[in-house]
Amino acid sequence: MYDKSVRRRRAVLALLVVCSLILLTAYFGESPSSPLHSVQRGFLQVVSPIQEGASRALKPVRDLFGWFGDTLDAKEERDKLRDELEEARRAAIANAAAAREAEQLRKLLGLDEELSLDEMGPVTARVITRSPTLWYSTVSINKGTSDGVRVDQPVVNGDGLVGTVTAATSNSAIVTLITDHTSGVSAVVNESGVAGVVQPAVGKPDDLLLEYIRRGDRIEEGQTIVTAGSRSRRYESLFPPGIPVGEVTKVDDEEVDVYQRVHVRPFAQLRRLDVVQVLTDPRGTGAT
Amino acid sequence: MTAGSTPKLALRIALLALVAALLEIVAVSQISVFGVSADLTPLVVASVGLLTGSISGAAVGFGMGLFLDLALVQTLGVNSLIYTVVGYGAGRLRELRDPQGALVPIATGAAATAVATIGYSIIQFLLGVDAPVSLLLVRDIITTILVNTIIAAPLFAIVRRILVGALPDDPARRRRRAYTTGGLSPLSRA
Repeated sequence: MYDKSVRRRRAVLALLVVCSLILLTAYFGESPSSPLHSVQRGFLQVVSPIQEGASRALKPVRDLFGWFGDTLDAKEERDKLRDELEEARRAAIANAAAAREAEQLRKLLGLDEELSLDEMGPVTARVITRSPTLWYSTVSINKGTSDGVRVDQPVVNGDGLVGTVTAATSNSAIVTLITDHTSGVSAVVNESGVAGVVQPAVGKPDDLLLEYIRRGDRIEEGQTIVTAGSRSRRYESLFPPGIPVGEVTKVDDEEVDVYQRVHVRPFAQLRRLDVVQVLTDPRGTGAT
Repeated sequence: MTAGSTPKLALRIALLALVAALLEIVAVSQISVFGVSADLTPLVVASVGLLTGSISGAAVGFGMGLFLDLALVQTLGVNSLIYTVVGYGAGRLRELRDPQGALVPIATGAAATAVATIGYSIIQFLLGVDAPVSLLLVRDIITTILVNTIIAAPLFAIVRRILVGALPDDPARRRRRAYTTGGLSPLSRA
């Protein structure tokens, strides 16, 4: 009797571990169009309405806990924002004149074709789930292929770049955030045009890294990083140009390194995402 | 399942696992506490293992892990492997030691979270990481373990309350019985 129960226990454990290892091995080597990925998308399609309903029902709970956290941070945030507001007011006055001048010049040069987000088919979506692991920075949204959402489309919110769509079903989609370890965004320093690649640092979601910046290039704290949006037909970027990514917070310039390491604080508050926009026509072709 | 398991218990565990996994991904993971989110999954799996034994602990761990991998479109098999081990370990603790102390759910919850978070990181390293990894990840892992340790006892109480009516051999009842029968536990008599 004892031997039988021990054998049974061990057999169940071995079966579950072997099943997990088979799934892991099979999934890891597969392409995104393979059967296991299709099963995953099918499952997502089935559970996403349930997730959305639960997400709506539990929103007051999330907001309550969020309120506690926000209150603790509010005082510090208020002082910082007051300073920033003063600075922004001064900059706005200067920028208004510059913007008028730039607008006139753009028209003169026939460059008015630069696209605004409104022309990129934005689809507004609600965030319904978030990956609980420290490693995956993904969220799911309540819009899918039936709304024009496709894989590789960029996702933004009111603050700036959020990520890209990496999986989509008819009624939901998975968005991989720019803080996920698989993410990489070609970007430029808005003030100087110096180009690099924005990558995350795993474990530091508020600190992105602008990589491949040569030591000779001058980067300063406070400068703004925006998407580069390559127009090359061969290596076209997923992101349209000019979407704000973040602000330079620190520059590591070690003499032994070929490149500088530029630390960037993302504009989008990626831990508190409620509503995002998927740019379903990032090139503004009017195709959608 | 344990020898005295019933379909009623299996149904309760399945519903509990489903609700806990949904609650985790739609609400708890979006609430930041000290910069991290609590992770209910290892706590629920460990609680089920502690209350019902190694086989049901491993099974519910596998099921919840697979649900998370499928619903979040993550690498299949990673969470199911980790939570199978967590559930089995918690179940074996009950079967071998039959612990009754009030601190047992807390210590088990902390250990389960440590196994889950560290195990997940090790598997990610083995699968390959495309970005630099900050040492702050270690801080986040420790913070997650601490946050989970705080909520482990109340969560264990909730899980026990949900399962207690279907448990064939509830540890609390066994403890009371052992007390009235001169300290002999059913395990030592068997």
